[in-house]
Amino acid sequence: MKVLVGVKRVVDYAVKVRVQNKSVDLNNVKMSLNPFCEIAVEEAVRLKEGKHADEVVAMSIGPKQCTETLRTALAMGCDRAIHVTTDLRTDYMDLQPYAIAKIFEKVAEQEGTDLVLLGKQGIDSDCGQTGPMLAGFLGWPQVTFAANLEAKDGGIQVERETDAGTETINIPSLPAVVTCDLRLNEPRYATLPNIMKAKKKKVDTIAADSFGIDLEAHNEVLEVFEPPQRQEGIMVDDIDQLVDKLKNEAGVLA
Amino acid sequence: MFRNQSSLRRYANRFISRSSTALASLNRPTEIDVQELLKLLNNRPNGVLVAEDGVSEDLTRYNHDWTNQYKGNSRVVVRPQSTAEVSRILKYCNSRMIGVVPQGGNTALTGGSVPLDCEVVLSLEKMSDIHSLDPTTGILTCDAGCILQNLLDFAAAKDHLVPVDLGAKGTCQIGGNISTNAGGSFYFRYGSLHANVVGLEVVLANGDILDMGCTTANLKDNTGYDMKHLFIGAEGTLGIVTRAALLCPRLPPSRCTTLLACDSFDNVLNVLEIAKKSLGEILAAFEFIDGPAMNLVCQTQSKPLPLPASQDCPYYVLVESHGSCAEHDQAKMDKFLNILYEEDYVVDGVVAASLEQMNAMWYLRESCNPSCVSSGYVYKYDVSLPIPEFPRFVEELKEALNDRTFCSLDYFNWGHVIDGNLHCNVVCRGNFETNSSLRERIDRYVFEGVEKRGGSISAEHGLGQQKRKYMAKLHGSETLSKMYDIKRLFDPNRILNPGKYLPEDCR
Ligand SMILES: Cc1cc2nc3c(=O)[nH]c(=O)nc-3n(C[C@H](O)[C@H](O)[C@H](O)COP(=O)(O)OP(=O)(O)OC[C@H]3O[C@@H](n4cnc5c(N)ncnc54)[C@H](O)[C@@H]3O)c2cc1C
Repeated sequence: MKVLVGVKRVVDYAVKVRVQNKSVDLNNVKMSLNPFCEIAVEEAVRLKEGKHADEVVAMSIGPKQCTETLRTALAMGCDRAIHVTTDLRTDYMDLQPYAIAKIFEKVAEQEGTDLVLLGKQGIDSDCGQTGPMLAGFLGWPQVTFAANLEAKDGGIQVERETDAGTETINIPSLPAVVTCDLRLNEPRYATLPNIMKAKKKKVDTIAADSFGIDLEAHNEVLEVFEPPQRQEGIMVDDIDQLVDKLKNEAGVLA
Repeated sequence: MFRNQSSLRRYANRFISRSSTALASLNRPTEIDVQELLKLLNNRPNGVLVAEDGVSEDLTRYNHDWTNQYKGNSRVVVRPQSTAEVSRILKYCNSRMIGVVPQGGNTALTGGSVPLDCEVVLSLEKMSDIHSLDPTTGILTCDAGCILQNLLDFAAAKDHLVPVDLGAKGTCQIGGNISTNAGGSFYFRYGSLHANVVGLEVVLANGDILDMGCTTANLKDNTGYDMKHLFIGAEGTLGIVTRAALLCPRLPPSRCTTLLACDSFDNVLNVLEIAKKSLGEILAAFEFIDGPAMNLVCQTQSKPLPLPASQDCPYYVLVESHGSCAEHDQAKMDKFLNILYEEDYVVDGVVAASLEQMNAMWYLRESCNPSCVSSGYVYKYDVSLPIPEFPRFVEELKEALNDRTFCSLDYFNWGHVIDGNLHCNVVCRGNFETNSSLRERIDRYVFEGVEKRGGSISAEHGLGQQKRKYMAKLHGSETLSKMYDIKRLFDPNRILNPGKYLPEDCR
């Protein structure tokens, strides 16, 4: 089985983002591997360790700093990497899921991929569209929101998150696209020996505009704004004061 | 609270011997005093908390420290809201010869913030306004009662970093940090509070208010004796810090954190050397945790060790860089790690790939103290030593305590290794009561071990109640006598934090 895993570089999840010029300010902001992609990488590496996958290829679309993100994926255990280079923003401002899925389609076909593992969403744009669109373009079966994945007789069995619990889906034969949810696994840290080994692993670069794909943004972003600031709480001295404030200021008590 | 009569007696004895001289000339606050104090605070409800017999306001949290080593008996806690109120309270207590214990977050580890007996506790918890952060100089002005974490958050939102950071940040106050001259994890990079406090407002025992470059804070000011430094690290014995101006550097946009496992202390020293050489000016923190402490933390906090391949390593090292250019820092970090790997200085290591992983690594380091305290009674030491001497010092202590063990003892060590600062902890696991003869023995060996190596018995936790007895051994009589003169100048009636810091003046 050949696995292709998507690795998106996003603003670190712990960073409080700021808006400037109608978009999120990316200047001097800590960027990290999208947490859901990290889970996808971990799952791919486990498939390899369990001898189900022969090769795991990590792929990232974005600026030159994406090599750093790919190095993390390689240090976690991916075999090689593909960097699709572009200076377009990948957080929906320029490149949008349609174009991203199109690029993945091309690469999956070129690579002879059997299983594409992606995060269920990028935490920057929160679209959650790339996986489903990719499955559509390729005409492959898909499972979204994976919470457990097992390789089984040439296919895969996937438990997926739903509002009411989980649902187990069997895909009897590959290829397939799976998007990964939070509970699927706990990603490992990149260890020093593996970081060193990762330096010797191959990273191919392909320019995004060499695929002959329409990279234009089809949807226009009208506005980006920060959530309203939460008013600071105050400490009350006693119950009476609390009740008074609930009655007269908050108006939640009669 | 006490399991048996003898431990009660021991507690009582210790209590009497500790408190007798320091409190002899002072009065206990009376009912009338409480009424007067309340008036000084405009009769504000909860301005004064009083424990009365029977009906009691629960004052427990003001009366013992965080590790339960020190217990006081105070029945009056005053909570002023302004410098003027602090001044009125001190003036009154001074005239009435009532002892006053300044208290911040009460996280100090040497008993400085806990009353000996019935002194009035003056808590700064209601003075927590942040006044300003000047974006061009980075000078932040705030009240002494600001909780450190709130300052860190406030400064971070304005792209600045408060130059002191430590495990107790969620509770400790900047006034407490200044009064203990707290060091913390980034001391090596940003320097001591003596370097970063540019202005201080202090109220003296008689109520006088000294504004030492606080209202008009300058980065440079060479006018007159720089008295603010006397109050930094004075543990509330010379005056009460009410406001401070701190120099804050810019928030480093690039941080790299790595956790490494070493198979010997020699290799910890090798890693330190390479870190200084190859990380150079971006090196911000270099901490170590020994194997037993790391195991204890992982157990008590139910966290897996992020380095699965090195379960039983004797030493773990946490290294962090702070810089302004991610690519530049990454290149340096790569080079650093490369050398460690090539030279076999580390058994294993992990690099944080996200802020979450970074925080997880710091969580392990910052959980050392709480994990230790939850496992048993902790005999806690905070010493400065020549760095290569760390393991020998601990070994000697173990050997010394080995011959006649009181209960089975565990040793957990960690610290700011780059500052030569070892936190050495002896724990009686599962036993939560102090044993005074054991304490004396450990005290003696620690003191001797530090003395013969030319170290310091208090690197950053201060003297408090625990270490004042050593002052006469540590300083010549000329030096000590000038310290008494200073104390007399600022607090002639010795009402401020009696029985702490300086030993009794016998003259
Ligand atoms: C988990 C943990 C980790 C720690 N890590 C470190 C560390 O890395 N580095 C380090 O240096 N210390 C460390 N400490 C100890 C450290 O001294 C304190 O955490 C902190 O600096 C004390 O602040 P506080 O507000 O709690 O002061 P308190 O404990 O309330 O008081 C400390 C002393 O200062 C006096 N004081 C307090 N406020 C004032 C004021 N406004 N004016 C005058 N006097 C005052 C008190 O009387 C007392 O003598 C740690 C403690 C804990 C519990």
